[in-house]
Amino acid sequence: MNNPNTETSTWAANITKNTIQLAWWTAAWLVTMALAKFGPLYIWESSKLLTGLAILINLAVGLGMIMANKRYLQGLDEMQQKIQLNAMALSLGVGLVAGLAYANLAILVPFQASVSHVIIMMALIYLAGMFAGIRKYQ
Amino acid sequence: MRNRLKVLRAERDWTQAQLAVELEVSRQTVNAIEKGKFDPSLPLAFKAARLFGLAIEEIFLADSAD
Repeated sequence: MNNPNTETSTWAANITKNTIQLAWWTAAWLVTMALAKFGPLYIWESSKLLTGLAILINLAVGLGMIMANKRYLQGLDEMQQKIQLNAMALSLGVGLVAGLAYANLAILVPFQASVSHVIIMMALIYLAGMFAGIRKYQ
Repeated sequence: MRNRLKVLRAERDWTQAQLAVELEVSRQTVNAIEKGKFDPSLPLAFKAARLFGLAIEEIFLADSAD
C-alpha cells in the first residue's frame, strides 16, 4: 500500500453533498410549511383551493426531505450512524413517553397543550443525544 | 477489543485523516477505534486488514473477557 496523500475522498465529498442537499430540502420544507400555515391568514385569505394546494406542496416537499435525510444517514460511517441511532432513539422514546404524559397533564391542569411543544422538546433531546454521543466517542 | 491500528498507522507515517480517507470513514471514527472506544464492524475490520496487508487477528485482538 502506497502512502496515502489525499486528505479528502469520494466518501467525504458524498457526505458534504448529502448534508447540503438535506439542508436545502429542510429549508424548502420550512418555507412550504410557513406558506401552508400563514398563506390562508395573510396572503390568499380563505381560498380552500390554494390552502389545499399549499398543504399538498408541503407534503410533497416533506417527502423529499425525508428521502434526503435517509440518503444522509445511509451515507454516514458506522460510528456516525450509531451516534445518530442512539440520539434518535432517545428523542423518540422521550417524545412518546413525555408527549403522552404532557397530553394527560392537560386533563389534570387546564392549559392549551400544543404539539409544537413536544416537537421542540424532541429536537432538544435529539441535540443533547448527539452531543452526548459525540463526547462518548471522542 | 484492543487493536494495533495506531501502531500500524505510525509505522507507515500516516495521519488519522489519511487512514480515514483509505477506510472511507471520518477521522473521528479512526480516533475512536484507535482508542478502543468503538469496535468496527467486520466489513470495516476486513477493509483495515486488506489496507495493511495483514490478517484481522493481527490488527484486532480480543480482550481476555471477550
